[in-house]
Amino acid sequence: MNVVALSGSAIGTKTKTALNYVIKSVENLTEEIDLTLIDLADYDVQFSDGRNYLEYEGDTKYVTETLMNADAIIIGTPIFQASIPATLKNIFDLLPEKAFENKVVSLIVTAGSAKHYLMAELQLKPILTYMKAHVVSDYVFIEEKDFHRKEIINDDILFRIDRLVEDTIDIMKTYAKIREEREADYGF
Amino acid sequence: MEKYRIDPNKGLEFGLYTLGDHIPNPLTQERIPAQQRIKEIIELAQLAEEAGIDFFSVGESHQDYFTTQAHSVVLGAIAQATNKIKIASSSTIISTLDPVRVYEDFATIDLISDGRAEIIAGRASRVGVFDLLGYDLHDYEELFEEKFELLLKINEEEIVNWEGQFRKPLTNAKVLPRPKDGSIPIWRAVGGPPASAIKAGYAGVPMFIATLGGPATSFKYSIDAYREAARNNGHNPDELPISTAGFFHVAKTTQQAQQETYPYINEGMKLTNGRGYPKQHFAQGADLRDVMNIGSVDQVIEKILYQHELFGHQRYIAQMDFGGVPFEQLKRNIEYIATDILPAIRKHTKVK
Repeated sequence: MNVVALSGSAIGTKTKTALNYVIKSVENLTEEIDLTLIDLADYDVQFSDGRNYLEYEGDTKYVTETLMNADAIIIGTPIFQASIPATLKNIFDLLPEKAFENKVVSLIVTAGSAKHYLMAELQLKPILTYMKAHVVSDYVFIEEKDFHRKEIINDDILFRIDRLVEDTIDIMKTYAKIREEREADYGF
Repeated sequence: MEKYRIDPNKGLEFGLYTLGDHIPNPLTQERIPAQQRIKEIIELAQLAEEAGIDFFSVGESHQDYFTTQAHSVVLGAIAQATNKIKIASSSTIISTLDPVRVYEDFATIDLISDGRAEIIAGRASRVGVFDLLGYDLHDYEELFEEKFELLLKINEEEIVNWEGQFRKPLTNAKVLPRPKDGSIPIWRAVGGPPASAIKAGYAGVPMFIATLGGPATSFKYSIDAYREAARNNGHNPDELPISTAGFFHVAKTTQQAQQETYPYINEGMKLTNGRGYPKQHFAQGADLRDVMNIGSVDQVIEKILYQHELFGHQRYIAQMDFGGVPFEQLKRNIEYIATDILPAIRKHTKVK
């Protein structure tokens, strides 16, 4: 199954650092997963102009197609101006309305302080739910003080990421199995 | 309704439409050559006519997996190959064409076909055509509105004086040839939501509404909104025909019908729209209340009659060739339509 780790910002290091740990965590857990890291800092993604994602070219096409082919997406996002970065919102705008139907999405949020700790609940989850994602209810919130020189130094955060990764993969497999059983009943 | 060549006393008209898609058969991964696909579309129109089907239309999409970009040329061939079936576009993307040229083409098709041509003008759900034909997608709405207005004007007036934003003015211009009876039916194609239907109502033009899936009652809102908008703008909704357009396939049982269509629709949607058709939604499509006409012969007849009761529309057009469906399967559908479906719906919808 395909899992994509999406780092939603074009600048900064905390989110990327957290997702690097996600990759390690997935690799420790299982070898059955095709894991792709997309760090939006590495891609030249254009702004959504309303066309179908299939009709873009280059990086925009690669990023949107990779996400559409995923079974689960682990989104890492910083908090900018009390919200998600424009780069991440643009990804949502590029995709079809129901892009995350039958996909599991989980969240890792990084921030300078705990000031906007409800951002994921109040702003990000409603978007994901609208786009039909199965959102993993727990998420990991990581503050500046949990990082030192591009490493996570708080063991609690590392344990929580490990649990989030496990949950994401378990839920992805479970939903796939439920869907398979239900669809077998349809007979078409 | 006469202006649009529709006689409500005869009951609900039944038509076929194709987007002219050119998609590998998902079961065999084989794709027939474009030439064969185009010839099969023309043959399908002939078979439809022999079966007593009222209407046949061809659409244009300018991207991979389609083959009737020059849909008016294909319609010209169909005009020559048939004698009585109505023929139209479904749809003509008027936004990226010159209305003068479109009118010349369709007036000519009307003459070749002895007065059987119609235009259904739409805004495009696949927008590759904008780049390809040199238009700016930012003008999506305005391009359609302006060019559609000009198209209607050319249809109404033999000598046209017009100016707009997207082409040079016309001064005492004669757009020739004229259609057989002076004008042809021109419809506005709309997607599901009411906003677009309301625009068709304001303009007082007949409406084609896409009804691919979901509860029929959801589309009823758009149809009511269309009639209401027409009435509020001084048009008589009783004189404005409505047509619905959606998926169709029949078999002995509903389950067989679903088995025979799901892979084509699902894989076809993936290639052309980027998302498959969710199985759960497709399964619900079998319900009488769902607008998708895929099922056993009896179930589909019942659905069409239910929709007719709900919408009071004048025409339904069926899409049954999407996604690389083999020609044999299309022929079998046409047989069912001729022997079972047309007699039943005509019996129940004609004015006695």
